[in-house]
Amino acid sequence: MNPEFQPGSAERLMRLGPVLGVRSKLLRVIREFFYDRGFLEVETPVRIPAPALELHIDAEPAGNAFLRTSPELHMKRLLAAGHERIFHMGPCFRRGERGDRHHPEYTMLEWYRANADYNDILVDAKSLIKQVASDILGGTDLVYRGKEISLSPVWERITVADAFKLFAGWDPSMKFDADRFDLDLVEKVEPQLPQDVPVILTDYPAEAAALARRKPGSPHVAERWELFIGGLELANAYSELNDPAEQRARFEDCSRQRRQLGKGAYPLDEDFLASLANLPPSGGIALGVDRLMMLMTDSASLDDVLPFRV
Amino acid sequence: MYTASDLRKGLKIELDKVPFEIVEFQFVKPGKGQGMYKCRIKNLLSGNVTDKTFREVDKIDKPDIEERELHYSYPEGDHYVFMDPKTFEQVTIPADAVGDQKYFLTEDLEVSILFHNGRAILLSLPSYVEKIIAETEPGVRGDTATNVLKPAKLANGFEVGVPLFINKGDTIRIDTRTGKYFDRVSKG
Repeated sequence: MNPEFQPGSAERLMRLGPVLGVRSKLLRVIREFFYDRGFLEVETPVRIPAPALELHIDAEPAGNAFLRTSPELHMKRLLAAGHERIFHMGPCFRRGERGDRHHPEYTMLEWYRANADYNDILVDAKSLIKQVASDILGGTDLVYRGKEISLSPVWERITVADAFKLFAGWDPSMKFDADRFDLDLVEKVEPQLPQDVPVILTDYPAEAAALARRKPGSPHVAERWELFIGGLELANAYSELNDPAEQRARFEDCSRQRRQLGKGAYPLDEDFLASLANLPPSGGIALGVDRLMMLMTDSASLDDVLPFRV
Repeated sequence: MYTASDLRKGLKIELDKVPFEIVEFQFVKPGKGQGMYKCRIKNLLSGNVTDKTFREVDKIDKPDIEERELHYSYPEGDHYVFMDPKTFEQVTIPADAVGDQKYFLTEDLEVSILFHNGRAILLSLPSYVEKIIAETEPGVRGDTATNVLKPAKLANGFEVGVPLFINKGDTIRIDTRTGKYFDRVSKG
């Protein structure tokens, strides 16, 4: 890349007006969307003693604590305390994630509804995406990397089981193979999902959804969906797990697997675990704001939408 | 051993004892899933390019690869002899490692040779080499602006298309990547 156009170079920053304009507008549209629906915007600690325990997400150490990988654990404590509609937009930090679609520090939007599930969150997500596109692009049809996409009215919905049977030749909800799942998802399933409409890939195997509730009647499967638009993975939503015993067991299992892989152990967030007893059935979602920027600006890489890369 | 996070363009790795070079790579990580490095890798023995995806946790062998700058000396049977200008050591390279690039060798030509486990596998020539035209139809004066080419041959039998004004005995430069005429260095 021409050094003049490196993220952060003076020359590039001078030309970044249009991108900064879209970003500023996007933040405002998102906030207005949630304020209009009676959501509270909340802020949670950036530097925390116990990051969320995930097998493949590594937290950046910060002295004798860690930078948050997500605001989730604190937001659920707010939900459990009776604040029923909350959203959070701000930086999250992850080690070892760097590429066209990953940056060690990135902006995440998360929102939660008490007494709701992942279907209710889907209604929010559809409305939000359409609102964002209408306000920023003037309509719900757009082009992303040469693909013509209609964000309305149709959103395709396909289960992980069906998508894998169709595109990868096996059903991960019957017998889960983590390596094969991740590889086939990236190599076979994602590339063959429809590219001209938003796609909801839903009902992941329970092993691939540590913080989601199992589907009543289908214990192998969890109430989790992911949103893909034009091949870009944009959001991840759950019916949130609110069983304290099961959550603790999953955290402990995750710790064990992390140790086996030689990854750092994290303390369990006991305050979070205690709050689960009061957590009503809730739906929640995490959406990548920088990736949404990529979609809105037809950018192939975060290099094109982030003013600075570190 | 390399870890997946060491991977970068140009890195040489070994898979099942075969040396490869990473030509392209892309970091991907599905939500809640493991990080992976999707790579295009070039087999340094065959030249074939294939796709390979490494997981974040994978360890990859480092090949015993050495790159040496040598000067060409002369042919010998089904080998070619090169000299190391630093040690004056003579190094013989089998003809199959040189292949059709043999037509571009000239005495003292500086080349780069890749050795894998001590065995020469890849010869890299400079982008252009100078060669004398041994055979061609007489040059036509004044025709310097057209793109029309006529056949010509080097002493070693290599055929190259040259502009109409080139004469036998002229020294030309050939682009070693394409095997095509580049320009004239001097008249014969």
